[in-house]
Amino acid sequence: MNKALAALTVAFSACLASGVSAQSLTVGFSQIGSESGWRAAETTVTKQEAEKRGIDLKFADAQQKQENQIKAIRGFIAQGVDAILVAPVVATGWEAVLKEAKEEEIPVILLDRQIEAPEDLYLTAVTSDQVHEGKVAGEWLVKDVGDKECNVVELQGTTGSSPAINRKKGFEEAIAGHDNIKITRSQTGDFTRTKGKEVMESFIKAEGGEQDICAVYAHNDDMAVGAIQAIKEAGLKPGSEIKIVSIDAVPDIFKAMADGEANATVELTPNMAGPAFDALEAYLNDKKEPPKWIQTESKLYTAADDPMKVYESKKDLGY
Amino acid sequence: MISTRNLPYLAALAIFLLAYAACVLQFPNMLSTRVLGNLLTDNAFLGIAAVGMTFVILSGGIDLSIGSVIAFTSVFVAVMVGSAGVNPLIAFAAVLAISTSFGAVMGLMIRFLGIPPFVVTLAGMFLARGAAYLISTQSVPISHPVIDAIQGFYFRFPGGGRLTAMAMLMLLVFVVGASVAGRTRFGANVYAVGGNPQSAELMGVPVGRTTVGIYALSGFLSGLSGIAYTLYTSSGYSLATVGVELDAIAAVVIGGTLLTGGAGLVAGTFVGVLIQGLIQTYIVFDGTLSSWWTKIVIGLLLFTFIVLQRGIVWYSDRRLAEGRLKEA
Repeated sequence: MNKALAALTVAFSACLASGVSAQSLTVGFSQIGSESGWRAAETTVTKQEAEKRGIDLKFADAQQKQENQIKAIRGFIAQGVDAILVAPVVATGWEAVLKEAKEEEIPVILLDRQIEAPEDLYLTAVTSDQVHEGKVAGEWLVKDVGDKECNVVELQGTTGSSPAINRKKGFEEAIAGHDNIKITRSQTGDFTRTKGKEVMESFIKAEGGEQDICAVYAHNDDMAVGAIQAIKEAGLKPGSEIKIVSIDAVPDIFKAMADGEANATVELTPNMAGPAFDALEAYLNDKKEPPKWIQTESKLYTAADDPMKVYESKKDLGY
Repeated sequence: MISTRNLPYLAALAIFLLAYAACVLQFPNMLSTRVLGNLLTDNAFLGIAAVGMTFVILSGGIDLSIGSVIAFTSVFVAVMVGSAGVNPLIAFAAVLAISTSFGAVMGLMIRFLGIPPFVVTLAGMFLARGAAYLISTQSVPISHPVIDAIQGFYFRFPGGGRLTAMAMLMLLVFVVGASVAGRTRFGANVYAVGGNPQSAELMGVPVGRTTVGIYALSGFLSGLSGIAYTLYTSSGYSLATVGVELDAIAAVVIGGTLLTGGAGLVAGTFVGVLIQGLIQTYIVFDGTLSSWWTKIVIGLLLFTFIVLQRGIVWYSDRRLAEGRLKEA
């Protein structure tokens, strides 16, 4: 009897001990939803990154609703997770729930978007720098054309949206001081393929073809793909007669690049979770406070980067 | 005590308790005051709106404007307090007056123009949502000492759970709602109108006044729910709470209220709200399920309860017929 009891005690304490010594973290992730291909890819990559590090990821899809996100965060707190990742659907209304997390000493990391709340309520925010994205695209063009005259037409994102404003600003900063490069026409293509194509058709008609258009700068890849179609239908060669540079790095643009129809794209990485987990582990293990803003890399891809291989690696992420 | 009419309510209560026990078996953490506190706080705005919806459905009607009125309320309060610097308490009073008269006007149209509630409140839904957009399309943050004080007010349970001001407000609305339905003339009239409007009219029930009262009450509670939502997010956003009216209808029906009106309990709606909250909590605790399972489970529960109610109505009708046969 006593022996059995002792055995039980040992087993029990072993259980406890293993629970403590296994350093696996539990992290809750409140995602906005799956409204776009990029968002779906972000979810996939976050799950992959968690698995790679042996993190137990609790995933909650908020179906675009803030109340669902707040519920999920409260649920994570009740569960006693080690940290919480949030991709906030709107910028306001997070203070109360983040305060609760702070009182329980659960670090919160924002992914992809910033919020309007005191900085001490979250550990850090991992986002891209949209101005920088536009700048990288512009710098590529400056280097590529050298001293030649180059008239650029611009396909803007949705009017008034922050990526449209910032990506335009960054590009203009990059070409400032290079008088050979001029933006001759700029219109919104609403971030969509169809609108991108329509607007490009009207640009070609207005400008009279390749003599007057040297490059297209599209605020996202989808519009660039639309523009490529319009250029082809007008009997011109995209990628050589008219250069194409855009932002996002979705799989389809790599296909176009492999066919020689697109020249460069700047990646908006779906891997926001990787840097977030790195910062989190550094914080939990070594008490290292990360900066309040972690900027993701805006990597430039050109035809020299084996586009087919990149396409293969991206096509299953859910874009 | 246990009449066949109360059976759906008891079934809902049993399902909730069993489901909760099953959840606790899988995740012992779910048996904590924290989870209970969250269930109340997170569903406060839905619960308050669902009480109004209970009265509407008890009377045989429907109110589709609830979600939009909540969004309108939150944007209205946010702009009044956040941008115009009005005292929140004045903004609350103003918005409750607006939402109550909005409901009353819908009730008047339903009663005196003879338009089905579905159509009138659908128009109300678009109108309120449009008005919210008109005020602001962006999410407006609020920061005011009064709001912060209400938000920061809570009783702490042992174990870290919190009974927040919003949760208390919801519990109060449920208690008052249950006693209005069960113990007042207005409540009795609501059941009578829902059971059979013609015979209610013949019996001398003031159908017109009752109908207007019901929709005014639903409007008032939508406004109150909107205030709870504003406190919950401390901001106003015109895109928020899309489809909350459908969640409220689901809570009412799962709680055992007959969709055709005339039978049901306010307490049942409370259970209906808790069941929905429980499903969401379980999905967050599990962390691998798609959150769309919430909708699937609620859909299945709704089917089950509608069939159960149909069965009970059929059964009691047959008993009534048998009784008449024996008399003859």
